[in-house]
Amino acid sequence: MIDIKISSEPLDVSSCIAWAMSPEAGGIDVFIGTVRNMTKGKQVVRLEFDAYEGMALKEMNKIAEDLCAKWPVTKVLIHHRAGVLSVGDIPVVIVVSAAHRAAAFDACRYAIDTLKETVPIWKKEVFEDGEQWVAAHP
Amino acid sequence: MKVLAFGIAREIFGSATVEVAAGSASTAAELQDVLKLQYPRLAQLSSFMIAVNGEYAQPGTTINEGDEVAIIPPVSGG
Repeated sequence: MIDIKISSEPLDVSSCIAWAMSPEAGGIDVFIGTVRNMTKGKQVVRLEFDAYEGMALKEMNKIAEDLCAKWPVTKVLIHHRAGVLSVGDIPVVIVVSAAHRAAAFDACRYAIDTLKETVPIWKKEVFEDGEQWVAAHP
Repeated sequence: MKVLAFGIAREIFGSATVEVAAGSASTAAELQDVLKLQYPRLAQLSSFMIAVNGEYAQPGTTINEGDEVAIIPPVSGG
């Protein structure tokens, strides 16, 4: 089972984990992305996320389907935030349950690594004295 | 042809969409060239992709009338 979402509301980690629970699963692996306070020594004030929502949902779904084909997993959840986030807020939650832990760990890592490469979502870091779109320039 | 823009591309265009003359680009690679000429700041990006109907386009992917076309600057989700 797959659950994909882009939300303008705060992500609820507990309910994400509860969704992934299953009698067939012997383990649940969770990745929680959080907004860090510093980038290259500069204080981060906030992050602004932009998403091409229709395509982003498709790409997130592809990731979930790919990892279901690669590993014996039970449930996969990928939720991502849109909008303005502050330090400590949660931009992304990925939860993978599986019968055995190795598949859950590997699939969860694949999901976050691939999301960062393929899903059309962009973040702008806003500092006290400026701002930048992450990864935009070499 | 209307091109959707996100992230830094929206700031470069100064708008969420940009209009490209119909017939000036029939493939994704041609559209990249046309956009780079119109908006030289795009050439300073690490890279940028074109999406057609919500899928990443290959350079030779054809763009047809009515397609949803978007410019995808380097992604940075997560």
